[in-house]
Amino acid sequence: MDPVELAAILAVGFVAGVTSGLLGVGGGVIFVPGLVILLGEGQLEAEATSLLAVVVVAGAGAWRQQHYGNLRLRDGVLIGVLSPVGVVAGVVIANEVPERGLEIGFAVVQLYFAWRLVRGLPEAPA
Amino acid sequence: MSSRLARLVAIATAAGVFSGLFGVGGGTIIVPLLIIWLGYGEREAAATSLAAIVLIGALGAGVHGLYGNVDPLAALLIAVPAVVGALAGTALQQRIEPRRVALAFAALLVASAAVLVF
Repeated sequence: MDPVELAAILAVGFVAGVTSGLLGVGGGVIFVPGLVILLGEGQLEAEATSLLAVVVVAGAGAWRQQHYGNLRLRDGVLIGVLSPVGVVAGVVIANEVPERGLEIGFAVVQLYFAWRLVRGLPEAPA
Repeated sequence: MSSRLARLVAIATAAGVFSGLFGVGGGTIIVPLLIIWLGYGEREAAATSLAAIVLIGALGAGVHGLYGNVDPLAALLIAVPAVVGALAGTALQQRIEPRRVALAFAALLVASAAVLVF
């Protein structure tokens, strides 16, 4: 690997990490294209490799957030442990519904969330 | 089941569904729903989402690992700078207004939606 490629992969990793720590996402959205474009991995291998990197990065972020007093570990563990049920449902849906419809549907959901976050939030019941 | 527990179960299921559909997307579902449904602050939502993602990602990486799809060296190469970035990102998050974090998250959602559609 030449120095330019190495610098690029380090930069992509750093940007993904900042995004992950700042916003609470895994960073896979940045890792996957980084691995495909810079390291020449196939899509499936990149997604799998990204997941391992996500575990490490999210673990570091969660550990720091615990230190800052922001982590509600019980809720986080509950969501993490229960989500595989949804994953199975998602795979089933993916095989039944046209991909284009799913993409547009998910985009609409994300735009709705964005609007709710920008609009500001009423005091939600705890 | 309390309504709070029911909402957590719904968030977990939704995050899983979108992960199963698109291979990514846990955090973009978990963070907004913790804020909108459970009244979480932005910092708490991000922190708690990361803990959930560790578990979701570990399961996914483990299954992929069984099929031999994971490239551990490449993961290390990209994860090391990313850990440095994550420490910087969490530190930065403590220093800026939660409202700005929410706006940055909204920008991420719009960008993600655009990537999906176009």
